[in-house]
Amino acid sequence: MSPATDLTMIYVPRDAASISVGADEVAKRIEEEAAKRGITIKVVRNGSRGAMWLEPLVEVSTANGRVGYGPVEPGDVDALFDCGFLEGGEHSLSVGIVDKHAWFAKQSRLTFARVGIVDPLSVSDYEAHGGFLALRKALAMDPEGIVDEVASSGLRGRGGAGFPAGIKWRTVLQTSATQKYICCNADEGDSGTFADRILMEGDPFTLIEGMTIAGLAVGATQGLIYIRSEYPHAIAAMQSAILLANEFKILGDDVLGSGRSFEIEVRVGAGSYVCGEETAMLESLEGKRGVVRAKPPLPAIEGLFGKPTVVNNVMTLASVPWIINNGAAAYHDFGTGRSRGTQVFQLAGNIARGGILELAFGVSLRELVDGFGEGTRTGLAVKTVQVGGPLGSYLPTSAFDISMDYESLLAIGGMLGHGGVVVFDETVNMAKQARFAMAFCAEESCGKCTPCRIGAIRGVETIDKIVAGERRRENLELLLDLCEVMTDGSLCAMGGLTPLPVKSALDNFPADFGIEVLVGGVRDATA
Amino acid sequence: MSTTWPVVVAEDIRDSITHFAHIDGSVLRALQTVQTKFGYVPDDALNMVADICNVSRAEVYGVFTYYSDFRSTPPAPNIVKICVAEACQANGSDALVDAIRNEMGLDVHAKSRSGDVEAAPVFCLGNCALGPSAVVNNQILGRVTVAKIRAALGGVQ
Ligand SMILES: Cc1cc2nc3c(=O)[nH]c(=O)nc-3n(C[C@H](O)[C@H](O)[C@H](O)COP(=O)(O)O)c2cc1C
Ligand code: SF4
Ligand code: FES
Repeated sequence: MSPATDLTMIYVPRDAASISVGADEVAKRIEEEAAKRGITIKVVRNGSRGAMWLEPLVEVSTANGRVGYGPVEPGDVDALFDCGFLEGGEHSLSVGIVDKHAWFAKQSRLTFARVGIVDPLSVSDYEAHGGFLALRKALAMDPEGIVDEVASSGLRGRGGAGFPAGIKWRTVLQTSATQKYICCNADEGDSGTFADRILMEGDPFTLIEGMTIAGLAVGATQGLIYIRSEYPHAIAAMQSAILLANEFKILGDDVLGSGRSFEIEVRVGAGSYVCGEETAMLESLEGKRGVVRAKPPLPAIEGLFGKPTVVNNVMTLASVPWIINNGAAAYHDFGTGRSRGTQVFQLAGNIARGGILELAFGVSLRELVDGFGEGTRTGLAVKTVQVGGPLGSYLPTSAFDISMDYESLLAIGGMLGHGGVVVFDETVNMAKQARFAMAFCAEESCGKCTPCRIGAIRGVETIDKIVAGERRRENLELLLDLCEVMTDGSLCAMGGLTPLPVKSALDNFPADFGIEVLVGGVRDATA
Repeated sequence: MSTTWPVVVAEDIRDSITHFAHIDGSVLRALQTVQTKFGYVPDDALNMVADICNVSRAEVYGVFTYYSDFRSTPPAPNIVKICVAEACQANGSDALVDAIRNEMGLDVHAKSRSGDVEAAPVFCLGNCALGPSAVVNNQILGRVTVAKIRAALGGVQ
């Protein structure tokens, strides 16, 4: 029951993933059924709490907390009413008090603290859950103070490269330009990642708050959010939230009555993976072909329209309000080594319990996949896990004890990327996956450098020949050579890291290529 | 194509550009406006965008061809997009693509049209824990099967 209204509050998520498995129909059925039974309820369309395996997760607020049921199908709604779910009654779909369920209770939700809890488009709900406190605090700080706080929290970019956010912000702060920009990278092109989307759809004000604080810190008054066109729900949520923020004078020329100004605008991508690369994104924001720029100059010095620009991922910016609210030290307390704070892992692919897992850096891959994820959805053995998106390595299960942090993954030739963890069962053929990595690179290359543009096409052909058993030894040598040229001769990580999935597939699963072993050269199983 | 469309488009494009009058670079947005309005970018529109944005037609054409969202021909009345990226591959998107070809006569990889339906591949819809994923006429679907696609199409073949 909501104390203010005495109405029973029912939560049914409105994010794209929940909708993809029927959340809209479920919400509609609940309202119809309540009306039929003469019960007055209030249905709130919240964001997803991130347990995609429970979606659509229906929650009912009770005196003991929010009780959940999931995954609910429209046909289950009748039975839910019959079992008294409005009072938290037992049903085969019950998950109990959601906050106490181990899948949630074991997480450290800092950046995602409000996601799935609040009504995404309610300013008052946001404020009731601690919203805009950080912005108010930041308005009373000087720019150096904000930058220092972010720097000493240890926050690193969550978009892939892991560059320290504080250093980037300081660089922009120290430039003297009158016009600076905050560009939020919401291109989220990596397969297996959806944290940016879920945050934008479930708690858009946190991103708005983080961007505004970034603006105050570096002296920028204009923010842009570059959202991929594949995310219409996120685009709509951000646009609505920005309108509300303008209306409530949180954004605009008098941010929370401070006399400071900050505006945010949403820009939409047009179907290009490489436009997630920051300089390609800037080109695209300038209305041009999304071709990667050479660095230097760094975007922090010469970014959008040649002006100093902070480019940060959604997760990076959305972590800032928590850091300002709770202090750099509190954030720094989470994590391990040089990977501080929490990482929003995304468990995807063939997984029994996939979704959002916000945890301190240092959790093992095994804990993610076997612990939280409970293995594959098909029930077959896990063969490999691709960590870090299309440019990340395919890791074998023998690497499952690795600590999930930037340095540990780097040390085994992998990378954390945007935190995507894609699980495959034993039926996957790794030569096919390696081929796909090359084909994807060929398809998405911006075309600026030859090793990437041409090399990826040659890579596909060469893998085909190896698999077909055609001059296997020579072609293997050629493939390894090609990987080396791509690694060394590409301007950006598109061409530069495509060899990661290819070589890790080859190294860890040579049999799938028809090869016996791969030590100090190549040996053909058929030879 | 109606003869009055250029005026309408011109108005739309001009509207979307005036907002950015103080900065360059509205070519992409102008093209997006045209495509949103018409479902594709007619050849003539490239000239108009060039004109209004004050850049060469070659530059507009370069932007138009760079982004995979843009198309030069009208779309079919129904569009099916199937995710073929890694996380959906792990959930059987290849088998789904085959089933769509065999049971529905739609070739996903060829961006083919069959009657009133057109199919195309897409790389990730951000629904990677509920794959395979698809979009049918702007409706996102998870745990997709041929039956679900058929239901979303509402009986259109
Ligand atoms: C091919 C390619 C694609 C990328 N895609 C994204 C993306 O979708 N989202 C993102 O935030 N960063 C992406 N990046 C990383 C960005 O270039 C950049 O490092 C990041 O946006 C900086 O923000 P951060 O420091 O907060 O991570 C990509 C990089 C490359 C090379
Ligand atoms: S590596 Fe590929 S995507 Fe990156 S700049 Fe070179 S051609 Fe473009
Ligand atoms: S890989 Fe298919 S939705 Fe992400």
